Amino acid sequence: MGKLNIEDLEKISQKVKKANLLRSGSARAKITVHMGTCGISAGARNIMNVLLKEMEGKESKEIILTTSGCAGFCSREPMATVELKGKPPVKYVDLTEEKIEKIFNKHVLNGEIVTEYALSIGSEREP
Amino acid sequence: MAYRTHLMICTGTACVSCGSFDIKKELEQEIRKHGLEKEILVVTTGCQGFCAQGPVMVVQPDEIFYQKLTSEDIPELVEEHFLKGRPVKRLMFTPPGEETPVPNINEIGFFQKQRLIALRNKGLIDPEKIDDYIGRDGYKAIAKVLSTMTSEDVIKEIKTSGLRGRGGGGFPTGLKWEICSKSKDNPKYIICNADEGDPGAYMDRSIIESDPHSVIEGMLIGAKAIGAHQGYVYIRSEYPLAISRLEIAIRQASEYGLLGNDILGQGFDFNIEIKQGAGAFVCGEETSLIHSIEGVSPEPRQRPPFPAQSGLWGKPTNINNVETWANVPRIIIRGAEWFASIGTEKSKGTKVFSLVGKINNTGLVEVPMGITLKEIIYDIGGGIPGGKAFKGVQIGGPSGGVVPSSSLDLPVDYERLVEVGSMMGSGGMVVTDEDTCMVDIARYFLEFTNDESCGKCTSCRDGSAAMLEILTRISDGNGKEGDIELLEELGRAIKDASQCGLGQTLPNPVLSTIAHFRDEYEAHIKEKKCPAHVCKPLISYRIESEKCTGCKLCSRKCPANAITGEVKEPHVIDQSQCIKCGICYDVCKFNAVLVETGKS
Ligand SMILES: Cc1cc2nc3c(=O)[nH]c(=O)nc-3n(C[C@H](O)[C@H](O)[C@H](O)COP(=O)(O)O)c2cc1C
Repeated sequence: MGKLNIEDLEKISQKVKKANLLRSGSARAKITVHMGTCGISAGARNIMNVLLKEMEGKESKEIILTTSGCAGFCSREPMATVELKGKPPVKYVDLTEEKIEKIFNKHVLNGEIVTEYALSIGSEREP
Repeated sequence: MAYRTHLMICTGTACVSCGSFDIKKELEQEIRKHGLEKEILVVTTGCQGFCAQGPVMVVQPDEIFYQKLTSEDIPELVEEHFLKGRPVKRLMFTPPGEETPVPNINEIGFFQKQRLIALRNKGLIDPEKIDDYIGRDGYKAIAKVLSTMTSEDVIKEIKTSGLRGRGGGGFPTGLKWEICSKSKDNPKYIICNADEGDPGAYMDRSIIESDPHSVIEGMLIGAKAIGAHQGYVYIRSEYPLAISRLEIAIRQASEYGLLGNDILGQGFDFNIEIKQGAGAFVCGEETSLIHSIEGVSPEPRQRPPFPAQSGLWGKPTNINNVETWANVPRIIIRGAEWFASIGTEKSKGTKVFSLVGKINNTGLVEVPMGITLKEIIYDIGGGIPGGKAFKGVQIGGPSGGVVPSSSLDLPVDYERLVEVGSMMGSGGMVVTDEDTCMVDIARYFLEFTNDESCGKCTSCRDGSAAMLEILTRISDGNGKEGDIELLEELGRAIKDASQCGLGQTLPNPVLSTIAHFRDEYEAHIKEKKCPAHVCKPLISYRIESEKCTGCKLCSRKCPANAITGEVKEPHVIDQSQCIKCGICYDVCKFNAVLVETGKS
């Protein structure tokens, strides 16, 4: 890119902000895939891949994807938790590629909880 | 594909010297091995501040802080955390005296109480990528200035913010700009002072290493305000990493048209050139620095005229410190009122301090003005190692003074530090404990200033030598009645008679230690005693025969072969051979080695 004017500067700024959103500690939506040994053997990697693919081109939706260890409920793996800003986290269990696609499109993008796949809403611990 | 994780690895000078580039290579290799290279990005950042724990790395978005990493740790880390999602506890930070590690960077005391303005982008951007800076609202302030503000507006904003020079003097920045802007002569020049000569201070280096564009943007705004089209960054050649990052930053800014002609299409021209200094302390003084850029002998000259009227090549010149410049863009973006709401009545905003010496969490911290010393030393610094007693903190380097432990509740700002006989200086904090000798500390700084005096003023050149001689005499056990008074008198005379700040402030470490620790000086002179057991001529080591088991550890470790004795028999130290290194004291498992001081 050559010499910038003020509009170009703003465009770069917006683009980089989205790409670097995960450094800022604030996002509209956070998805955590549980990747313990149990999760991985139950297919958590696939879930992760589907999510990475779904997220492509949706930088403006302010989504961050992270992993955590075993969630302590190995028989229901793969599991993922979806947390929208200001809302209680929702845990989804027994995931498949189709299920996570649906969860991504309905819950993450549109804010509608997919109750039929949800295990619990809110955190098991007292906040 | 978007990355899910960014690994922000510190590549400031301290972490680089502990191998952070090797760690980066190893990380990338392991990440590839697990096929994660499209998901996990390794980002090199500038100094993240927690230098004692280096190499450090922050995992985003998890906000997990890893420390003291080695290449050997990386395979496990990548497999456990980045593949399986299980953060590795053993590589996390455990606060001194505690047992459980604190995973989240925002919950670590060292980071918690900091407030970042000058270092706002530290650890969040790659300093060699201009886009990263732009993504953090970089160059938005100069865009605002060029498109919507007049020079007067900018000066008014900086004046209202209350920003004062961070290079030591604390002069109001907006006022300085105003004086320079009103000077009739042309052309005008802008200088960034990155000489950073205080021993132990490295905040300016870190700012440039972690966020060079913030300094460039600050200079652009200053240039617009005073009407300058050429700027210089004067930086010591001992800062190769900072220089290289600055060069890259200037090149990238020029490519984007953020330096050069018609900046952002707004009809304003400005260029920056780097001038390397050879690292003499006096070159940080503004008139010497200007002489150094001009290529003449870097000696200070009488002021007035001030550089704002007659500076570089006799033209109006505005000189500010690195940290001062780095604050400017943020003030323009967030507004003067926001900045002025932080700090105390006359000291606004934040200050970066380098926290070194007898302190658990050595590193670089940025704190709001008015924070108490106690908060800095205990909450951020994690207190004194080994449960030793805090004695005082030397602030402001060779121009500053020591603040004693009785002033722990002192709110740190320009005025309060001067009131207790110290000064902000550039922000070096050397923490001392019960094992620090105050005469020795004063002598250390005086050795430095005596060495660095340019020699132009007799008072500074010979006066510092005379003071150093007396201090050396006192720590050698040859102090005389009246030496303290002589030091005080000499100190006052040097302050009065010297032309530049070097001479005017060099007696401060001596005068302030005398003011607060006079008894320690007296013990050295009258009782030939060093209460902290530091001054070698005044101490001796002895083995207590009742406690000595004859294990021979000390005699084997003694580098001077001064310890003799049979196995399982009490040993003795030959005083004529002993070099007082203290190794026997440190290695003895039975506390049989004693240190003695005073007339025996
Ligand atoms: C002996 C001596 C050394 C100095 N060294 C530095 C230095 O390394 N960096 C710096 O910014 N200012 C240094 N100063 C202060 C400068 O003269 C000048 O006041 C400062 O750069 C102005 O910038 P500021 O208003 O932003 O602080 C030094 C002053 C003296 C007397």
